[in-house]
Amino acid sequence: MPERGAFPGMPHHGARPGVSGHTASPGASGHTASPGTSPGPRRDGGGGLVATVTGFARTLRAAGVGADHERTQNMLRALAVLDVAEPADVYWAGRVTLCASPDDLPRYDRCFEAYFAGRRAVPRPAGMPAVTVTRHMAALDGDGGRDDDRDRDEDAEAAAARASRIEVLRHRDVAALTPAERAEIHRMLALLARGREQRRSRRFSPARRGPLDERRTIREALRRGGEVAALRRRAHRTRPRKVVLLIDVSGSMAPYADTLLRLAHALVRSEPRATRAYTVGTRLTAVTAELRHRDPGLAMNAVSAAIPDWSGGTRLGEELKEFLALHEARGATVVIASDGWERGDAGLLGAQMARLSRLAHRVVWVNPHKGHEGYRPLTAGMRAALPYIDDFVAGHSLAAYEELAERLSHA
Amino acid sequence: MLRETGGIPHTSEIDSPRRLAELLDEHAYLADEGLATACFLALRMGRPLFLEGEAGVGKTELAKTLAAVLGAPLIRLQCYEGLDAAQALYDWDFARQILHLKAAEAAGITDAARLEGELYDRRFLIARPLLKALETQPSVLLVDEIDRGDDEFEAFLLEILSDYTISIPELGTIRAERPPVVVVTSNRTRDVHDALKRRCLYHWLEHPSFDREVSILMRRLPGCTAALAEQVARAAERLRAADLAKPPGIAETLDWAEALLTLGARDLDPGLAAATLGAVLKHREDQAVALRNGILGRA
Repeated sequence: MPERGAFPGMPHHGARPGVSGHTASPGASGHTASPGTSPGPRRDGGGGLVATVTGFARTLRAAGVGADHERTQNMLRALAVLDVAEPADVYWAGRVTLCASPDDLPRYDRCFEAYFAGRRAVPRPAGMPAVTVTRHMAALDGDGGRDDDRDRDEDAEAAAARASRIEVLRHRDVAALTPAERAEIHRMLALLARGREQRRSRRFSPARRGPLDERRTIREALRRGGEVAALRRRAHRTRPRKVVLLIDVSGSMAPYADTLLRLAHALVRSEPRATRAYTVGTRLTAVTAELRHRDPGLAMNAVSAAIPDWSGGTRLGEELKEFLALHEARGATVVIASDGWERGDAGLLGAQMARLSRLAHRVVWVNPHKGHEGYRPLTAGMRAALPYIDDFVAGHSLAAYEELAERLSHA
Repeated sequence: MLRETGGIPHTSEIDSPRRLAELLDEHAYLADEGLATACFLALRMGRPLFLEGEAGVGKTELAKTLAAVLGAPLIRLQCYEGLDAAQALYDWDFARQILHLKAAEAAGITDAARLEGELYDRRFLIARPLLKALETQPSVLLVDEIDRGDDEFEAFLLEILSDYTISIPELGTIRAERPPVVVVTSNRTRDVHDALKRRCLYHWLEHPSFDREVSILMRRLPGCTAALAEQVARAAERLRAADLAKPPGIAETLDWAEALLTLGARDLDPGLAAATLGAVLKHREDQAVALRNGILGRA
């Protein structure tokens, strides 16, 4: 513990009376300060303290800690009941008011040290999460070519023969199909709408079964002068669970990206208000609006126009971070369709996946290679993500997509 | 806007974080400087204390001890998915309302307006933890494991923690004249909304340091010798450093030391450690890792 009073930047006890009205009043004595007067001994300093704390908060914000105005005010209030000349008090007053997660703490410590002239009141606690930086370069290069596959309408007369062909097609890897076969799969995908897992809403509605609806029962009884004629019941309403799709359209995913986007189209069409779709590659792109077109061909054209980075390399970690900042993941089922060839930092991907798993209802990872014989999740990205995945599923054939849709339709 | 938590006999006596730490110590809870400061600020600023940390670091225990120190009842709300207003706030006592109706009927009262007024009286209201905490002064409200509840509940809790009022349509608004001391805990299985955290004072609870853990063991378990406490704390430290699914918290270490004491152990020898492993590691895989890597010493 550093010695008392040897703390640069912090005014001492009762240094200057007469603080402007918006600073904290001394809570210890309980009376409120009127601007310009100085009731009793003041513990807080003057404008110097406010400026010091505001500057500190600004430093923290620059370092990525969400020390906003309200939190800064809270730190001032906290200091009003503590000892501003005591470095440890200042350290803790700031820490409990300006920080909001353990991730903030190492940053807070660094900023505290830097801002208050190289003094750290408290040593950094052991066991803080350290970020391990393991670089991984994608071994697979993008094949550069976009999968050119227009929505060609086939003659509808061979319907009978198609039924058996579809059964065979259903289990084949879409990457190995001819354009005609793939078009057929795409038509099947468009029909794939199985409804959505329902989540319980807070609200109730009258129901046949369920707990007693006391209010309605009593109200009705009152209307009959106290005679309970029938017991009314109620049940929670339900709402479709939100599904967010993150589809990797980078080079290594090119053979599957188009089919996956068509699956996204089918899901968006079936639950327009509870489905969001993004593509990831080198940039996170929202494509939900584009996928709302009724016609799959038109929707695909719109999506193609919106995506700037078809067939680039993947920086999944960074994009996931960007996605999490959009507050779309909370309570949703998040489906990531990618092979996990992370070109960026796999450590970052792991950290973001950890965060995602805490926010999302479920995390589903669709990896087209998982359906292949002898596949093992060996890429650094996949290994980093794996501990945080609830469902790890294949995504190479129509059968696999049907299974995925089935998973999304109920819990 | 400073709202001192009042109505509590000891508040005026608690004039510094150090004094609060002493009082907590008297109730066998050893708080470090950071935790004592956070609690002190929560009392003084009338703000909820948001305690986050891994399971078993003593979050719930702190709320209990704080209640004991303040001589206030502890009111606990355990969160879970689907927790709703009827379980968290209040509910009407349906059975008693019907009885009242029947009694009124027997007495020949048929005036509906009067009956309704009587029915929605405070005495037919069942106070659930949040309402109870606003009505009980002083009190310590523990909102336990908020990360287990859903985000709709968070929004709803934020509303109550913002102005400490609950409005009941049939009855009007109930306001706490003096806000209760509120402790919110989270195991961080899920991120809690920033708006709620902003209302609170945030404190991240770590596993205790070696010295502190030794002190806690000796403070809590009267029969525990310094030698045994040190051995247990050192073993716990090694277990936390190992890559386990569920590293032991202070709660587990206490259980472990107690189990060893019950068996009359004076030292932590590998045989006894293995026999009592279930008190400290609750996952089969973790136990296997501990035994395989010889974390507890070779038998």
